Amino acid sequence: MIHRMKYVLLICDDETVSPSNEELEADPVHRAWRADLDRRGGMLIGARLRPVVDATTVRVREGETLVSDGPFAETKDFVGGFVIVECANMDEAIEIASGHPYARWGGVEIRPVWE
Amino acid sequence: MIAPEDRVRATVDAAYRDEWGQVVATLIGLMGDWDLAEDCAQDAFAAALASWPRDGVPRRPGAWLTTAARNRAIDRLRRDAAGAARLRQLAVLARDADEPPAEEIPDERLRLIFTCCHPALGFPARVALTLRTLAGLSTAEIARALLTAEPAMAQRLVRAKRKIQESGIPYRVPPAELLPQRLAAVLAVLYLVFNQGYGEEDRRRALTAEAIGLTRVLVGLMPHEPEPRGLLALMLLHEARRATRTHDGMLVTLENQDRSRWDRALIAEGVATLDDALAMRRTGPYQVQAAIAACHATAPDAASTDWPQIATLYAELSRLAPSPVVELNRAVAVAMADGVASGLALVDELTASGRLDGYHLLPATRADLLRRDGPVAEAKAAYEQALKLAPTEAERRYLTSRLREL
Repeated sequence: MIHRMKYVLLICDDETVSPSNEELEADPVHRAWRADLDRRGGMLIGARLRPVVDATTVRVREGETLVSDGPFAETKDFVGGFVIVECANMDEAIEIASGHPYARWGGVEIRPVWE
Repeated sequence: MIAPEDRVRATVDAAYRDEWGQVVATLIGLMGDWDLAEDCAQDAFAAALASWPRDGVPRRPGAWLTTAARNRAIDRLRRDAAGAARLRQLAVLARDADEPPAEEIPDERLRLIFTCCHPALGFPARVALTLRTLAGLSTAEIARALLTAEPAMAQRLVRAKRKIQESGIPYRVPPAELLPQRLAAVLAVLYLVFNQGYGEEDRRRALTAEAIGLTRVLVGLMPHEPEPRGLLALMLLHEARRATRTHDGMLVTLENQDRSRWDRALIAEGVATLDDALAMRRTGPYQVQAAIAACHATAPDAASTDWPQIATLYAELSRLAPSPVVELNRAVAVAMADGVASGLALVDELTASGRLDGYHLLPATRADLLRRDGPVAEAKAAYEQALKLAPTEAERRYLTSRLREL
C-alpha cells in the first residue's frame, strides 16, 4: 500500500569548480550525502559524468544521422552526474538533493521517473 | 419577504463560501484525486440545492456536503474497473466507507493549503490553485482576477494538479523542521492574493475578501502560530483604509486620506488580532508590518503619527526580512522622526547602491522629502524622474499634481 516514488537527480553545475574524483570522495559534504543516502536505502544507481567537452550529441533528421560535438543544449549549467533514488515523496527527494555538495554552487534537478 | 427557495439558495451560497475548501480537502485526502474531488464537491452543492428546499437545511451543512461528495465519489469510482481497484485500497483506510459518522470527518484544509503552496510549484500556480481548491473560485473568476486569459489559467491549473500527482508532492502538513519555511510560502501566497485585490479598483475587491477569509481559516487551523495572525491583522488594517486610498482615480497618500472614513471596526479587530499574535512572543515580518499599519491606523491625525516608533519597527523589519524597499520605507520614517536630512541621507545611500534602479518610488520618495525641506529644482527633477518610471495611471496623476504644486 505504501507507494514509493522514483526520481532521477541530475547533478548540475557550470564546471568552473570541477573537483577531481578523489577530491569529491574526500569532500566531507559528499561523504555525508552518500552516508545519508545509504542510510535511507534509497539509491538505485548513480554515476558521475565526464566533463561536457567529451559530450557528443546525435540527431537523426530525414533519415540522416547528424553527430555533433558538445551537449544537447547550450546552457549555463551542465549535467555532471545523476543518481536514481527511490523515496517516499518530493519532500524527501528535495531533502536528498539539498545534501549534495553541487547544490551549493550548481543545482540539482529532480525529475520523477515516468512509471 | 424572502421566498423559501431564495433563503435556501442564500444558505447554499454561504455554505459554498464556508465549506467548499473543507469538502474538497477532505475528498482529496480520501481519494487522492484532485479533479474527482472538485467534480464531486460541485455535485454535492448541486444536490444541496435540490434537496435542502425539500428536506430542510441540515444541522451541519459542511458534514452533509462532505458525506454527499464522498458518496458521489465512491459511486463514480465503482463504475469503472480502475476505480473499483482504488476503492478496495480505500477500504483499508475507511473500514465503513458507506456511513462513517459525520463527526469523524477531519478538517483537511491545512493539508490542502500547504500542498497548494508547495515550493515545487511555480508561484502563479500556487496562487491559482489556492483560489480554486480552497476558496472555490471558478477558473473564469481566477483568470479575471489575475488578468490572465481563461484558457491559459485552465492550463495552469491542470499542469499544477498534474505536477502534484506525478511528481509526488505529498498531501500533508510539513513536519516541524520544514514548517517555518513552508508556512512563509503559504503566507506569501495569501498576501499576494490580498495585494492583487487591494492595488486595483473595485472590481477586484472580492480578492481581498477571499484573502482575508482564507487567512482567517489558517489562523483557526494554526492557533498557536503568530505569523498567520500577524498577516490577518495586516490585511484588516489595510482593508480599513481601502475606501480612502484613491479619489477620482488618483492616489491619495496616507497623510491626506480622510480618516473619518476609515473603518473603525476593522481597525479594532486588526489591532486586537495583532495583540493576540504579539502575546505569543515570537516576532515575524508580518507582525512587524501589522504593527506599522496599526501605528498609522490608530493615529487620530497625520501630525500625531508616532514616527519614532515606526522608524524603530522598520529597523526591526529590515533585520527580519532585509530588502531595499523596506530600507526606503525606513528612510521616510526616519525623515519624519528625525528630520528630512537624516532621511535623505538614507535615500542617497540606497540610490548609490543601485539596488532600486528603475523603481519609481525611489525618486518619488526623494522628491517628496525634498518638497518638505530642500531645493525646489532638485525636487522637480526627482518628480520628473519618478513620472518616467511610474507604472500606473493613478500614480502618474498623483506625481503630476505634486509637480504642479511646486
